[in-house]
Amino acid sequence: MADHDIALMAHLMRRAGFGTQYHELEARAAKGYEATVEELLHPDDHPNGLELDLAERYFTEWNHYIRGVPEYIIWRMINSKSQLEEKMGLFWHGILCTADSKTQSYPTSYAEWEMFRKYGMGSFRDLLVEISKDPAMIFYLDNCLSHKEAINENYGRELLELFSLGVGMDGEFNYTEDDVKECSRAFTGWTIANNVPQTPYGRYPALFVYNPADHDDGEKTFLGETGRWNGEDIVDIIAKQPAAARFLSRHLYDFFVADEAPVPAWMDTPPRDMDTIKMLEEEYFRSNYNVRSMLRVLFHSDAFKNGRFSRIKGPIETVVGTLRLIGEWTTYKPGMEVIFDEMKHMGQEIFNPPSVEGWHTGREWIDGGTLVHRINFIADNVSDLTKPGIQELADRLASEGPTLSPEGLVDGCLRMLGHYELAPETRDMLVAQAEAKGAVVTDGEEFRQRVAQTLQMIVATKEYLYA
Amino acid sequence: MTSNKKDPVLVVLQMSGAYDTVNTIVPYTDPHYLDHRKHLRIDPEEVLPIDDKVGFHPAMGPLKDFYDQGKMAVIQGIGYPNPIRSHFRSMDIWHTGDIDKTGGSGWLGKAIKEIDPDKENILTGVNFGRGLPRALAAPGVSVASVGTLDNYGVLTGIEETDQRTEALEVFARMYSPMIGSGEVNDYLSQTGLDVIKGADILNKAPGMYSSTVEYNGDYFSQWVKNIAQVHLAEFGTRVLYTGLNPGTFDTHANQAVTFSRLWADMSNAVTDFYEDLKEHNANDEVVIWMFSEFGRRVKENGSGTDHGAGSVAFVIGDAVKGGLYGEYPSLKPSKLDEGDLQWNNDFRGAYGTLLEDWMGLDAKEILGGSFEQFDFIK
Repeated sequence: MADHDIALMAHLMRRAGFGTQYHELEARAAKGYEATVEELLHPDDHPNGLELDLAERYFTEWNHYIRGVPEYIIWRMINSKSQLEEKMGLFWHGILCTADSKTQSYPTSYAEWEMFRKYGMGSFRDLLVEISKDPAMIFYLDNCLSHKEAINENYGRELLELFSLGVGMDGEFNYTEDDVKECSRAFTGWTIANNVPQTPYGRYPALFVYNPADHDDGEKTFLGETGRWNGEDIVDIIAKQPAAARFLSRHLYDFFVADEAPVPAWMDTPPRDMDTIKMLEEEYFRSNYNVRSMLRVLFHSDAFKNGRFSRIKGPIETVVGTLRLIGEWTTYKPGMEVIFDEMKHMGQEIFNPPSVEGWHTGREWIDGGTLVHRINFIADNVSDLTKPGIQELADRLASEGPTLSPEGLVDGCLRMLGHYELAPETRDMLVAQAEAKGAVVTDGEEFRQRVAQTLQMIVATKEYLYA
Repeated sequence: MTSNKKDPVLVVLQMSGAYDTVNTIVPYTDPHYLDHRKHLRIDPEEVLPIDDKVGFHPAMGPLKDFYDQGKMAVIQGIGYPNPIRSHFRSMDIWHTGDIDKTGGSGWLGKAIKEIDPDKENILTGVNFGRGLPRALAAPGVSVASVGTLDNYGVLTGIEETDQRTEALEVFARMYSPMIGSGEVNDYLSQTGLDVIKGADILNKAPGMYSSTVEYNGDYFSQWVKNIAQVHLAEFGTRVLYTGLNPGTFDTHANQAVTFSRLWADMSNAVTDFYEDLKEHNANDEVVIWMFSEFGRRVKENGSGTDHGAGSVAFVIGDAVKGGLYGEYPSLKPSKLDEGDLQWNNDFRGAYGTLLEDWMGLDAKEILGGSFEQFDFIK
């Protein structure tokens, strides 16, 4: 099998998933790129390989009523074969944001994530309706406090600004302050039963309730259309806007292809690849707002295939990717909480985006504090020779011959990490470091140490910050 | 101008989420206030009065003490033209001072560049928190951004000393900027190099520090303590920054309880910090700037308040000429801007005073223009 195919598969699995060990890359490459894309796009048609029943018996807290929801989500990210399904949860969690710091109800966050699983690759219009009915969202953005006689604009505004249209595109505003008010009016009466916080009866999921008595049924003019709009009508009007197509296309590009300008800059900053964005926008309308169809177009585009190492990994991607690489958390054991501290210190706490704008991505993941945490976490893990994934990696390299050249050691490690590419200058430095330590004899414990040290330096490079 | 022998230091405390202006500095005798606020009204009896018109929220007692001692300037009606009610965008405007374009350089990033154009001190600016605020970001400027001061450095997992030394040497070479590798890569290179240089120095601060002041255990108070530790270690740091997590003051709902707790915590943290500096005879070396990205809607929405416009900001320190600055915006319905307080002084004027009168810098260059300043520095 050509290295080229495996390198492309490694790219696909980093973007459409959380990265994959080398032997699985080989297996997937043998099945073919297109077949793998279709498998990823149709999680319901393929086993995800998870023994959730067993896992839930082990992690008794996985009843979703006490805690354990982040553990459950991360467990699935690490172990599910339906990697894209899990990745799309993260994608939507970063856009249609709610935060447990306010909702304080894991059952409700859990229900939201399951909703993303169900609707995340379907119609964007349907997803917007679902998120408007999502109890975590209704509580997070106070729609339950928006009343016929006293609207609360929080959800109405963010639905337009951050969830569907964006403030503007091509230098023009997408909506006015009046649209925000009209939108908010249309969602009055969209509320919840069982107020979300855990008192007085403990934690249980809140439920969406439509209360017609508290709905403002009057005439509204929204984005130029006048009628007695309810929430679903508003979403219908939103979904057909060119700005909605642009919004979703840019987000998909940003998440799967290459770092885009930050969202608030989208009004004045054109997409970095207008041709690909146009292609996605066309597919949005052609497919009747279907996310799965847009993803298919994206994964088969040259922009995607050629876009390797042009996106800075986020902390959850970094941590889950590292754990998948080293083969950690494939079986049940206590102590997963530490993982969440690591993600947090790298700047991304699951279920707690810093605000409704979500996480600031790209280079904004990296500063003096987060860089330190990121490098130390990966370096400590990949140099841990007790980890099965690292043992396997070293054994695989050892099987290539009794000795390796310094280049062979460095390039072999890069290949095993998923065909990582370093700038020539960086690679030369690592080769020189390997050369200085003498011949690379693949027999014995010292070889494993050399592999560990090489991996440690590779993951500390600038290049490894990218995926 | 300052008469300090030591270089003046600016401490910025970002009160993210937009605190409710009219319940922070309360226009407690204004009948319109009582009209707009049926539920979230601060009882006039409980207001800590400044004069017969305005007073502090009752939870801000310790800050009121600074005011009473003439060490606190309250800047009323602060804002900027065409107010934006999006958290991110508005914070970006306060960070850059650029009201037209997003993503520009930070005002303090530019100030650091003017203070230390040749990057002689890697620690001229230090941030505490997760993520570097754009206020501190500018091309070619290094600012250490520290999550936890006690363990800051790369490849700390390598136990063997010689091996770690060698690894750090390779790391430094790998992070040397390469020609033509682009702006983002240059940024990553600089961040990596600055981390290893800054870590060597910063790691020493906690060991050099001792104090009888006990800060609260929450992350914000701990970062304020870290600011004291780094300032007292005398590394030559001139700008120290920390803030609340985004959205902390974003009280769309259940404002009454949250808001009091937050101001009580903030007031304690600032007081602890001042007492700590005082214990080390450093209380005259620092000026504190506290701000939020906008105010909140004058009319409450039930149990909370929506995004508004005109805000209030605070300057605290021995070098400050205490008092009220700016005018308190009118609460008459006809005088409101889409239901929000009208601003009457541009925040860049206050930045100008801080930059010129306290830091001794050229504000025009940094702010891209001249804005009417207040005279709140002695």
